[in-house]
Amino acid sequence: MDLTVVWAFIIAFAVFAYVVMDGFDLGIGILFPTFAVGRERDRAMNSIAPVWDGNETWLVLGGGGLFAAFPLAYAVILPATYPLIIAMLLGLVFRGVAFEYRWRDPAHQRFWDLAFTGGSFAAALAQGMTLGALLQGIEVEGRAYAGSWFDWLTPYTLLTGLGTVAGYALLGAAWLIWKLDGEEQAHARKLAIRAGAATIVLMGAVSLYNIFLNAEYAERWLSAPEIFYVAPVPILTAIVALSMLRAILKERNSKPFWLGIALFFLGMSGLGVTIWPYAVPESVTIWEAAAPYRSQAFMLVGVALTMPLIIAYTVWAYWVFRGKVADEGYH
Amino acid sequence: MFENLDALLLARIQFAFTVSFHFFFPAFSIGLASYLAVLEGLWLKTGKSVYLDLFKYWLKIFAIAFAMGVVSGIVMSYQFGTNWAVFSDKAGPVIGPLMAYEVLTAFFLEAGFLGVMLFGMQKVGKRLHFAATLMVALGTFVSAFWILSVNSWMQTPTGYLIGENGQYLPGDSWWAIVFNPSFPYRLVHTVMAAYLTTAFVVGAVGAWHLLKNKENPHARTMFSMAMWMAAIVTPAQIFAGDMHGLNTLEHQPAKVMAMEGHYQSHPDGAPLILFGIPDSEARTVRYAIEIPKASSLILKHDPNAPLAGLDTIPDDEEPPVPVVFWSFRIMVGIGFAMLGVGMWSLWGRFRGRLYDMPWLHRAAVLMGPSGFAAVLAGWITTEVGRQPFVVYGLLRTADAASPLAAPAVAASLLAFVLVYFTVFGIGVWYILKLMGKPPHPGEKGVKRGDVGPIRTAGITPGPTQNPGGEETLPREKQPGSTDREPA
Ligand code: HDD
Ligand code: HEM
Ligand code: HEM
Repeated sequence: MDLTVVWAFIIAFAVFAYVVMDGFDLGIGILFPTFAVGRERDRAMNSIAPVWDGNETWLVLGGGGLFAAFPLAYAVILPATYPLIIAMLLGLVFRGVAFEYRWRDPAHQRFWDLAFTGGSFAAALAQGMTLGALLQGIEVEGRAYAGSWFDWLTPYTLLTGLGTVAGYALLGAAWLIWKLDGEEQAHARKLAIRAGAATIVLMGAVSLYNIFLNAEYAERWLSAPEIFYVAPVPILTAIVALSMLRAILKERNSKPFWLGIALFFLGMSGLGVTIWPYAVPESVTIWEAAAPYRSQAFMLVGVALTMPLIIAYTVWAYWVFRGKVADEGYH
Repeated sequence: MFENLDALLLARIQFAFTVSFHFFFPAFSIGLASYLAVLEGLWLKTGKSVYLDLFKYWLKIFAIAFAMGVVSGIVMSYQFGTNWAVFSDKAGPVIGPLMAYEVLTAFFLEAGFLGVMLFGMQKVGKRLHFAATLMVALGTFVSAFWILSVNSWMQTPTGYLIGENGQYLPGDSWWAIVFNPSFPYRLVHTVMAAYLTTAFVVGAVGAWHLLKNKENPHARTMFSMAMWMAAIVTPAQIFAGDMHGLNTLEHQPAKVMAMEGHYQSHPDGAPLILFGIPDSEARTVRYAIEIPKASSLILKHDPNAPLAGLDTIPDDEEPPVPVVFWSFRIMVGIGFAMLGVGMWSLWGRFRGRLYDMPWLHRAAVLMGPSGFAAVLAGWITTEVGRQPFVVYGLLRTADAASPLAAPAVAASLLAFVLVYFTVFGIGVWYILKLMGKPPHPGEKGVKRGDVGPIRTAGITPGPTQNPGGEETLPREKQPGSTDREPA
């Protein structure tokens, strides 16, 4: 098989892993102000403190992998979305240090909680808007970005940004349903339903917008025979969304979270259909952006050797901290 | 045109600023991770509670430093694309894979085991916990390995071809790329630099508490361990630095000329300029204090060997001399000061008075931040000395930048400066506050409030949270006792 295609899937996998794993961390950050000061906030924070760093590392793999396997795409996309990327990075700075700082300085805990929320929100919004900027197309000349430095700001990108914020909040709430109990779990359920509704509405809006955004996208989704291949994506999305609502209402424990992941998986598949085979839609295909065979092959060896181990010890780390946040530790 | 020049300068300042900030944290966390592994290993081996107390004491500091290292590092990995797009496009096929290996073999390892290291002692038991600590320490080292390989390739590129589209492509052997000529020297010198940086911080904290109470057994242990490092590693570091310089003379002669302040060639024996003021206009070092022929002796092992100067280098390939000249002297000066402290401590140790020498302790406190200064000065020598190239001899810094408008870069630079100084400034303040408290028996682990899986796990005394609660790590029974922990 074509290594370039393999690498496109590896990067997509890294991005997906990042989006769901750091997605629920960022989602908890976004929802943080709605939690009661004290026990509820502490428990929410503690449910992710041991794993957030590992979750965030998938972002480095996504970016680093893009740099290595598709250097041209990396060199075009990042300057085109410069202010968004910088905002995301700074957001992640605030979010990341808040994990440590809020315990170090009880007098300013409120301030660091705010930084945690602000950072999470900014990072989520910037990530969603970056996706939107990519989908709406980037102007390229030769081997460089040729647009201006505000091309990324449009109603469409705002919509994708907000959709991402809502989706992350949904994942965060679903994670908390799983990790918390009692009143706090009930609160998380309420939040999950609201965030879920917002996510579905925004996801639908973005999908519709896509069709008007670009004739090629419309063709891909609406013309026969393509429509028969791609139709399952929206249909499954609707089914998953409904099952999730049911799972929340029936007070299931971990099911809403897994269905949330399935929802994101379907969303990402939809994106894949929309973008394929471009690395930068309309301008650079994955083959044009690809690093030479030798670079890709060398890295593939590394991925094949390390990825099983990485997944194994990541699962182990989650396993160590399994169970409800407060149930444990009293014995 | 002018706008672009500004954008380039701003991008350079931004890169230098963010990378320098980032490197402060690894310089400390690489050494500290290993130190923690040693402390935990000693505790498991001897059962002495003093090691466990020290482990917990430094673990809290490590958690903060590590978090700052992670968030500032993520900025770096995206900055290649945001600000150095041409460089990323051209060099991506060669250095991208090395950085991908860093993520796969180092970052995941560190991050994956960090949670268990910080909060998991009671959940996984002592041995598995020790394994997690070792993995984090290993991860920091592997990370240094790959990123220094990348940086060294940019200094001394080998093993590449040039593609039709202008990209540098990997040649036949990745070996030649990873183990490029300056890499082994840079790896050894930088990793030892990280160990020394940590040793001097630990030594300063130990000395500070010894000055307040010279009987404190925890302060004694830390101080003694740090001074062993200072006494043993500093000479090795100076030797490694010397070897590194010889290697640089071979591959990047212009950099050594700038370090030495040799504007002119010296056909029969070049002097070693100790101090002076380089004047690039007049192409001479003013008020120079020099040792005749010593430079030739050091670099060529022959006092009369001819040594070429910057007059042999085309003007547009010359690095800025004063910065390189000064930063090099700062690093070397600190290196010798460290050696002085190390030898002084040896002398005290053999007289059996290591804990009884207030002046040594004061000097050690003063030298606490010296590692950071030396590390920064060293990197400035290395990086500015390779200018005007970003990939030495192949790609000029001026040609490597992204097509960004100056206001965009100015705004981001301003944001980085404001955020880094506040956020990391506050983090450093928290670290200093922790260091100001004397280490004591029954030291608590990383604090996590009142609840959580981490609840039994980790709680440091805090007035509101968890009065008198439990801790991360199995607690020793008696202050200062040496009994083994019951299994
Ligand atoms: C000699 C060592 C060294 C050097 C020269 C650098 N770093 Fe670094 N970096 C580390 C040693 C390190 C580390 C010890 O592995 C860190 C520090 C604290 C930490 O969490 O890991 C780290 C963290 C760190 C992270 C976060 C990893 C995570 O998510 O856990 C990233 C993405 C980078 N670095 C990237 C870079 C880039 C792009 C650099 C070059 C410009 C760079 N580092 C220079
Ligand atoms: C962590 C330790 C490092 C420090 C403190 C450091 C410091 C610096 C400084 C001060 C400059 C500015 C030189 C100038 O413009 O005159 C610079 C430039 C540069 N460095 Fe490093 N560097 C470090 C590591 C690295 C590594 C590991 C890489 C590559 C992977 C790297 C890539 C670059 C690049 C691309 C430039 C060119 C941009 C510029 O000139 O500003 N650096 N670095
Ligand atoms: C006193 C004796 C020392 C000598 C002779 C020496 C020599 C050198 C030389 C020649 C370089 C430039 C390498 C290049 O060509 O790029 C260098 C870089 C560097 N030095 Fe030193 N050094 C000394 C002490 C120290 C100390 C005490 C530290 C830190 C604790 C330190 C940290 C560094 C670092 C981080 C770099 C940049 C990375 C590298 O290129 O290795 N050095 N040193």
